[in-house]
Amino acid sequence: TSCLPRASRTPRQARPRVRGGTTKYTLLSFLPKNLFEQFHRLANVYFVFIALLNFVPAVNAFQPGLALAPVLFILAVTAFKDLWEDYSRHRSDHEINHLGCLVFSREEKQYVNRFWKEIRVGDFVRLRCNEIIPADILLLSSSDPDGLCHIETANLDGETNLKRRQVVRGFSELVSEFNPLTFTSVIECEKPNNDLTRFHGCITHNNGKKAGLYKENLLLRGCTIRNTEAVVGIVIYAGHETKALLNNSGPRYKRSQLERQMNCDVLWCVLLLVCMSLFSAVGHGLWVWRYQEKRSLFDVPESDGTSLSPVTAAVYSFLTMIIVLQVLIPISLYVSIEIVKVCQVYFINQDMELYDEETDSQLQCRALNITEDLGQIQYIFSDKTGTLTENKMVFRRCTVSGIEYSHDANAQRLARYQEADSEEEEAVPRGGSLPQRGSIGSHQSIRIMHRSQSTKSHRRTGSRMLGRSLGHTLPSASIFLQEKDITPDPKLFEKVSECDRCLAIARHQEHPLAHLSPELSDVFDFFIALTICNTVVVTSPDQPRQKASSGPAPAIASNGYSSGAASWAPENTAKEQELELEQEQERELRYEAESPDEAALVYAARAYNCTLVDRLHDQVSVELPHLGRLTFELLHTLGFDSIRKRMSVVIRHPLTDEINVYTKGADSVVMDLLLPCSSGIQHQKKIRSKTQNYLNLYAVEGLRTLCIAKRVLSEEEYACWLQSHLEAESSLDNREELLFQSAIRLETNLHLLGATGIEDRLQDGVPETIAKLRQAGLQIWVLTGDKQETAINIAYACKLLDHDEEVITLNAESQVCSPLSAPEKNTDNVSVGFSPLCLPSTSTNSGPSPSLVIDGRSLAYALEKNLEDKFLFLAKQCRSVLCCRSTPLQKSMVVKLVRSKLKAMTLAIGDGANDVSMIQVADVGVGISGQEGMQAVMASDFAVPRFRYLERLLIVHGHWCYSRLANMVLYFFYKNTMFVGLLFWFQFYCGFSASAMIDQWYLIFFNLLFSSLPQLVTGVLDKDVPADVLLTEPQLYKSGQNMEEYRPRAFWLNMADAAFQSLVCFFIPYLAYYDSDTDMFTWGTPITAIALFTFLLHLGIETKTWVTSGFSILLFFTVALIYNASCATCYPPSNPYWTMQTLLGDPVFYLTCLIAPVAALLPRLFFKAMQGSLFPTQLQLGRQLAKMSPKTVTAPKETFAQGHLPEEPRTESSEKRSIRTSGSLSQDCTLQASWHVQQPACSPEARGEPNVVDMNLPLRENILLEGLSSQAPGPSMPREAILEGCPGDSKMKSTSTSRAAPLSSIFNLSNFSSFNWISPLSLVSGLGSVLQFSRSSLQMDKRDSEFLPSPPQPDQDLCGLSGQTTDYF
Amino acid sequence: MAMNYNAKDEVDGGPPCASGGTAKNRRPDNTAFKQQRLPAWQPILTAGTVLPTFFIIGLIFIPIGIGIFVTSNNIREIEIDYTGTDPSSPCNKCLSPDVTPCICTINFTLEQSFEGNVFMYYGLSNFYQNHRRYVKSRDDSQLNGDVSALLNPSKECEPYRRNEDKPIAPCGAIANSMFNDTLELFLIGNESHPTPIPLKKKGIAWWTDKNVKFRNPPGGESLEERFKDTTKPVNWVKPVYMLDSEPDNNGFINEDFIVWMRTAALPTFRKLYRLIERKSDLHPTLPAGRYYLNITYNYPVHSFDGRKRMILSTISWMGGKNPFLGIAYITIGSISFLLGVVLLVINHKYRNSSNTADITI
Repeated sequence: TSCLPRASRTPRQARPRVRGGTTKYTLLSFLPKNLFEQFHRLANVYFVFIALLNFVPAVNAFQPGLALAPVLFILAVTAFKDLWEDYSRHRSDHEINHLGCLVFSREEKQYVNRFWKEIRVGDFVRLRCNEIIPADILLLSSSDPDGLCHIETANLDGETNLKRRQVVRGFSELVSEFNPLTFTSVIECEKPNNDLTRFHGCITHNNGKKAGLYKENLLLRGCTIRNTEAVVGIVIYAGHETKALLNNSGPRYKRSQLERQMNCDVLWCVLLLVCMSLFSAVGHGLWVWRYQEKRSLFDVPESDGTSLSPVTAAVYSFLTMIIVLQVLIPISLYVSIEIVKVCQVYFINQDMELYDEETDSQLQCRALNITEDLGQIQYIFSDKTGTLTENKMVFRRCTVSGIEYSHDANAQRLARYQEADSEEEEAVPRGGSLPQRGSIGSHQSIRIMHRSQSTKSHRRTGSRMLGRSLGHTLPSASIFLQEKDITPDPKLFEKVSECDRCLAIARHQEHPLAHLSPELSDVFDFFIALTICNTVVVTSPDQPRQKASSGPAPAIASNGYSSGAASWAPENTAKEQELELEQEQERELRYEAESPDEAALVYAARAYNCTLVDRLHDQVSVELPHLGRLTFELLHTLGFDSIRKRMSVVIRHPLTDEINVYTKGADSVVMDLLLPCSSGIQHQKKIRSKTQNYLNLYAVEGLRTLCIAKRVLSEEEYACWLQSHLEAESSLDNREELLFQSAIRLETNLHLLGATGIEDRLQDGVPETIAKLRQAGLQIWVLTGDKQETAINIAYACKLLDHDEEVITLNAESQVCSPLSAPEKNTDNVSVGFSPLCLPSTSTNSGPSPSLVIDGRSLAYALEKNLEDKFLFLAKQCRSVLCCRSTPLQKSMVVKLVRSKLKAMTLAIGDGANDVSMIQVADVGVGISGQEGMQAVMASDFAVPRFRYLERLLIVHGHWCYSRLANMVLYFFYKNTMFVGLLFWFQFYCGFSASAMIDQWYLIFFNLLFSSLPQLVTGVLDKDVPADVLLTEPQLYKSGQNMEEYRPRAFWLNMADAAFQSLVCFFIPYLAYYDSDTDMFTWGTPITAIALFTFLLHLGIETKTWVTSGFSILLFFTVALIYNASCATCYPPSNPYWTMQTLLGDPVFYLTCLIAPVAALLPRLFFKAMQGSLFPTQLQLGRQLAKMSPKTVTAPKETFAQGHLPEEPRTESSEKRSIRTSGSLSQDCTLQASWHVQQPACSPEARGEPNVVDMNLPLRENILLEGLSSQAPGPSMPREAILEGCPGDSKMKSTSTSRAAPLSSIFNLSNFSSFNWISPLSLVSGLGSVLQFSRSSLQMDKRDSEFLPSPPQPDQDLCGLSGQTTDYF
Repeated sequence: MAMNYNAKDEVDGGPPCASGGTAKNRRPDNTAFKQQRLPAWQPILTAGTVLPTFFIIGLIFIPIGIGIFVTSNNIREIEIDYTGTDPSSPCNKCLSPDVTPCICTINFTLEQSFEGNVFMYYGLSNFYQNHRRYVKSRDDSQLNGDVSALLNPSKECEPYRRNEDKPIAPCGAIANSMFNDTLELFLIGNESHPTPIPLKKKGIAWWTDKNVKFRNPPGGESLEERFKDTTKPVNWVKPVYMLDSEPDNNGFINEDFIVWMRTAALPTFRKLYRLIERKSDLHPTLPAGRYYLNITYNYPVHSFDGRKRMILSTISWMGGKNPFLGIAYITIGSISFLLGVVLLVINHKYRNSSNTADITI
């Protein structure tokens, strides 16, 4: 029909469906694709080659079919596993594809329900509130009167605030409802790309008018419609062309590091195999040459009667040898590894301690083949919001007009909350236990409960994916639970009410505010600022925003202040009724804020009855109990940006009619913009210093601080400023700079009102987890899209940064640089910025290594080719790295850089869609489930419910998985080498004819059946060190990082042992049966049995926990007996009929079977015992510890059990207690101790550094290199802060010393660090013996030094690097 | 806990999808297996824990070794090389292929009498019966009396599969190279008239081989008829049905043949040739004295440096003479004991210096 939208976007006319998937295979492509992938494993190719070689008659060693069996078996098992894995992906995709959506049907001329997968480009889609957008859709119509539509992009970029989208120009003017039948415009747009922030196109209406299309018009797939009743749009990109999916590259075939290393060793095995084959080929050639002419009776000529020439015989022999010795390449290794990994995954899934009660979810392993990588992680890249924090901002304290309101009740309530949480009493109405919160509270909590219930039930129905509307309420519910419930400080509440009352009385007088004391006026302004100085959007959860509501409210809304005074007549009873009504409604109000702390502030203000009711683009309404609704005309909003670090609103005050500027921002910035002290009154000065003190206090407490300030503008000033501002706005070039200047002009001479302290709630156990992970030798980098201050705050809160360590901040501000010159210019700057950093870190090796904070822009330069090495060099020396304002792509680039350049194992953890690329790039990707959609989970290899589960996942399961697999792989190599050794030694006695004394069936199925099971059991169940010891001693994790269990040396030792053992196991039966009447296969069977016994005993030595191994022997004998009785004439050439039965009657068989394994394993056992006694590894010590002192372990175990409950009490005393028992205390002390020592060195260093920077800094101060030691850094603050930085944190110091003192008095401090690892455990067990023990372990264990809490990087490394740097500069 | 669970149930119970909501909980089961708390023995390998093992091994192995050694030493065994490479040997004349049939006689003396059943072996050295192509060169179906295999032997038998357009029975290189010397034993004794020692030729093969694995082809009255479409192996003098006069030891079930078909494991091997059964408890089976061995020398081993031997041996509970095992047990036992002592020393010293093993509170 004529109304077809001609979406001539690309030459492609095919209209792809929306169907999108993450699966790798389709039904058809499965076999070839899977085989292709499997043949990426060199070993598989090799096995198939061998199997095929067997079909060549001249060289075949086995029956061809038989030789093919194991290969096929192995391929089949792997394929089955892959299929199963993919099927689970398919199922979740299926869920998405079958989500419903209203699509306009041209036939039926109405919107009909269709599946997502049926949506095509050009379809008109009608979406309702809270629906998830199925494709990239151009917004054509919205039920919103302004043609607006709000979307929540959390699924895409992790930002929870609402974004505004606009109907395409030309359609917004339509008054009547949009009718798809009348749509005749032509849309042109760019090709699908993955840039979420860009969209260009144009639409040509049929009247010839053209209109541009921007990203403001585009609704992206995966986002959710909010606050808008219904929208209609046309699908622009569908399915895999959507930006969301283009950003999400398909699942990657990951291979673990262990597997890569193993493949390398497999190659060694191949080489060994070739050598052995070559050796016997030459041998055979010589043998043939020797016996050929001698008419030997045993010589078998060719079928035509001629004899082979020695050379030909050698060549044939070579190939046959390869077939016979193929067992050297462990064919079942891969299958066994797969099986073991599947079982490991099963056990990880089943771990109760990784189960999250709150969300009723346990850990999911989505990738089955990288479990052991968990034990080798060196770098953790973490997202911040939602990963480290809960995204819950809680208003904790505030200072108004120099008076601190500590909100103790609030803090207590929060503490009680946690206790309540810990007892899992969520179902009990909160109001009961918390009487302070009135009916509102309980009302809310009930609603919240209902929500979480429905969410839970929804989750239980199985929709793991983008839950529909309900799934999204889960995070919000939990957020608001925290944010909303604020217990007002009674003093402050009193003052606010007083203000309110006064103003209500004085409102009609000339200057109502003048009646207030300066303090009360400050209080009032403070709350007004809290309420309106933000970009919070007021919504009710399920109702769309409606401009045209009934009653007088619209009248107020439409023309703010002029009619305002009239409409707030308090005596109007009808009005009051309505107010009540509105209050009822208001309880349902939700605040959608750009950042959660804005919301927290608004909620805080609401707790003081200063409620934000409505926000339109030109007005804000605030409601007060006595004053009623105040509507402020919003003249300007100077949005928050990271350079200014503040935001301001310009409003016209309805009471005074004055133009006020309210500014809210980082204290460092705002303090500088206040009225100059000299001109200010004494009072203000006092307020200022007091506030500053409190701010410092807040910072120490780890609160996010904001200063609130006010400025009153005269009409003239405003007009003057407005003019310049408009100029700035309209200017084309240098616009940003001009706007910046303009903002500065406005935000000066501020009057300080007060400050707030907000706690960004960390997830439970995050600092502890980070501390543990650190102890485990993991480097933690935080990559966040958040602004720098927030990131730093959180970093302090979660102990990622310490107040006593220096922080290097790299901020390259390129705002003035044109795109062309920018890179170069900044390159220089950044590199200059780097230079001083090497000095402190190299000069003070033992000092705390610095932390690095870098923002997105600098990161962009740092990631450039010529700078990335320097960046890495710097970052490597830093204890922690914080990347702020980084884009998803940058995150992944950072991960990629570290992965490729440092050759380190990386783990990325995140919860939002913005972390997807990082998760996919890292060696191990971990998604946090439950928050912010499921995109991260879908892309991840592991999904954990909470960050803290990472600790157990890595330290316990990772270690186990790695140690199990490493041992298993080593064992495999040992086993096969040993087995092949037997065959090889035999060649010396059979003329190198590639003959095998072991029946070919045993030979082929030995690995697959008899000897594989015990090691599978071991690989799945073996625990080298119990979980509790691993948790108390995270240092043990380093054995995985250093690849201690599986390193080349271990491999070759293993091989040598295998050679020795095979010698013993061959020559004992050889000598025992020398010159006897035994036949070849009757002799081979005891050898097989001996080999089996040896393997099992060897495994017994290697295994740390004996579970079972007798089964395997039983199996072997059963199978052998059955096999040997099964057929009298089959299985040529061995024809083993009744062999085993005869052997079982032969005492020599038993005698050899007894002596050979013992003789073979004696040396190993002996050396193991020696090593265990003389040079025990850390792991062995840990194991001993677990066994020797059960009490020591059980005590921490309990603490850990507690610690893992989501509700660890946070009170000081309990924390202390848990530290004491868990034994991490000494680590603490060591750190503290070194800190004390370092102190003198610390301050000059810190002082010196900025000076160096200053010299290097270009005049424009493009780069701010600041030593951050107080919380919110600012251009002027840092130096001051640094000066008092290290020694100045009096509180820190006193607490830490008091804690360290009793212990350091016991231990000699200088010695203390050297035996740090063992002492914490023994601490509990009695100090006297401990000292002795530890000292001896010092003497004995040379490798102990690896475990010293030395700075993360070895000194040598540093030297080398510093040498490098001199080259750079 | 019960309280908590109730509380939880309440939460879970209410919402729309309440059906079975309480039951569905993803909490993993708290079982020992799933939580990896299976009871297991966790040995820690240190000198202290391991040293008992060494002592126990030593204490067990040394007596066993002594036992075996004594047993082995009590076994009488005599070995007579009759290859004839030594020019002084009576069999030296037989080295040239021209002399057929060649019979040689070797005298020997038993210093001690052989009690009980005596086994007579022939031994070959440097004979690679375990060569890959040699081992394969047989057809078990044919040997099992399968008619189709008899007439159409397996390809593995090449080039000893057909001769003059007739299938070879038994086919293959193993059969073709069958040992065909004849050994006879005579006791010279005091009188000048030598007494032939009765040699039993049945009962030398495995019972299962004789009765299950090897069978003559069915049909026909006589053996010759059953093998009528086949020809003898190239090297053989007589066809397979003329290996022996007794019908239950002829054809494929001839025990000499069966024994030969069990290919030896190593190039130096012996095969059971005859049994000399004990006659009575009073008289030794082979009394001490002078004997001579009468050899019909057919089997050419000289060309490939092979050796031929005749072995007479008594047997014990553990079979034939085997000095190695006893020595090995004693050696390993002693080494183990020694290592145990070393570990004891280490453990002692280590204990004194550290007390690790004692930290138990």
